[in-house]
Amino acid sequence: MPTTTSSVLTERLYVSRESRIHGLPAHVKILVVLGSVVAIVATPPTAVWAFLLYFVLVRLLLLAAHIPFRTVAPRLLVELPFVVFALLLPVFGTGPRVSVGPVTLSEAGLWAAWGLLAKATLGVMLSVILASTTSTADFVNGLQRLRLPEVLVQMTAAMVRYVNVVVDEWHRMSRAREARGFEARGPRAWPMLGRSLGALFIRAYERGERVHLAMLARGYSGRMPELDSRATVPLATWLAAASVPVCFAVVAVLANMLGGLGG
Amino acid sequence: MAEVVQVRDLHYSYPDGTDALRGVDLNVDEGERVAVLGPNGAGKTTLMLQLNGLLRPSWGNVHVGGVPVDDSHKSENRRRVGLVFQDPDDQLFMPTVRQDVAFGPANAGLRPPELDTVVEDALAQVGMTAVADRPPHHLSLGQRRRVAIATVLASDPDVLVMDEPSSNLDPASRREVAEVLLAMRRTTLLVTHDLPYALQICPRAVILSDGRIVADRPTSELLADKELLAAHRLELPFGFDPTTVSRSALR
Repeated sequence: MPTTTSSVLTERLYVSRESRIHGLPAHVKILVVLGSVVAIVATPPTAVWAFLLYFVLVRLLLLAAHIPFRTVAPRLLVELPFVVFALLLPVFGTGPRVSVGPVTLSEAGLWAAWGLLAKATLGVMLSVILASTTSTADFVNGLQRLRLPEVLVQMTAAMVRYVNVVVDEWHRMSRAREARGFEARGPRAWPMLGRSLGALFIRAYERGERVHLAMLARGYSGRMPELDSRATVPLATWLAAASVPVCFAVVAVLANMLGGLGG
Repeated sequence: MAEVVQVRDLHYSYPDGTDALRGVDLNVDEGERVAVLGPNGAGKTTLMLQLNGLLRPSWGNVHVGGVPVDDSHKSENRRRVGLVFQDPDDQLFMPTVRQDVAFGPANAGLRPPELDTVVEDALAQVGMTAVADRPPHHLSLGQRRRVAIATVLASDPDVLVMDEPSSNLDPASRREVAEVLLAMRRTTLLVTHDLPYALQICPRAVILSDGRIVADRPTSELLADKELLAAHRLELPFGFDPTTVSRSALR
């Protein structure tokens, strides 16, 4: 199945499919991911078998969401800074050391690096599943239904709505610069880019004022009306969704009780 | 006929001392469509913002639907006057079209299922039902402008006030917006310097210049007065002669 991605910034992550996971209300999905991640983080890195089970569970979720692994793989790149940090841990770690070829590495550092990598990868994969199966508009609704502070929800909604407008404005400005012979090469271009960025900021700020006026004109009084008209989620849906974090939690509890291989 | 908009001796100065309005008198009857013409900087937008109380008069007063525009009638003023701003990206701030159209009535306290009916009706009036669940940035400018009209129709305003509804539209989108406006029997103020558009949509026109209403006549008559137009920096497009536009084309 080819995966089509939208040219619109805030929708590049969404993969349109029909699946049970796509159909879940956003706030349920957010709680499922949060619960599962907490279980994963609470697992000792030495329980390697537990992490293998986690990967199996995540793979099953991907299958259930009809998202091919090759769609997920490139999105794991956001983890890269953590990978760099993880690779440094065995080099600078303290305690007993093991020699791997010509270098000696800290044993505790190795376990920490493995734990960080495994947990980060699983966390990112779960987030990717959430992002691939939830449109940004639904996601904002979900945050609102979870009673996230009103101001944060409004700021997120405004960002989702206007990031594309501002990015388009930036593209138009850079095209206008290039049309008049400007080439953004090297530090000599920086003052020009800085001025453009300043102009963009002022435009965005002024737009903010106009949007606020438009909101007031339609009776805005500081609170966003709750717009998700969907009825309350049936108990069966909650239970089905809860089975996912429960699986993760069971593994986490067992891992903490049994311990692992070299721990 | 009942007067929907009553503006009496309206003065307004911006905090920096600029006199934007210097004694505007304007009455608009129910069901009338009136074009407010004027050069840039004449005070058109300032007048618009006075109608629902986003700006307050320095002197004089405004009534809409018989209700004074003041602090004690804030939410009613905002519901009775539907402002459609020039840039739909300013007007459409919610993640989806449906949520945006629901914003006004939801603020007025409407809840589903009544809210859903109102939203569907408003979108149907502008022919945009098909895009209800799409984010606004997926739409063309013409579509966004029609959705922007729907967002104020949803509050069932006494008067629709539109700022330059034809600007930057291609001829087909321009015609589609005109059709939406002509199909409605709603009191409308059309703020513009697009004179052919004013002639097509509004039987009556006023010229706002330097903060005053300097002319108030049937649009076809007003546009035929070349000296009057020239005195207020208004110009007809090249080759356009309002006297040869047939009456049947205007109906």
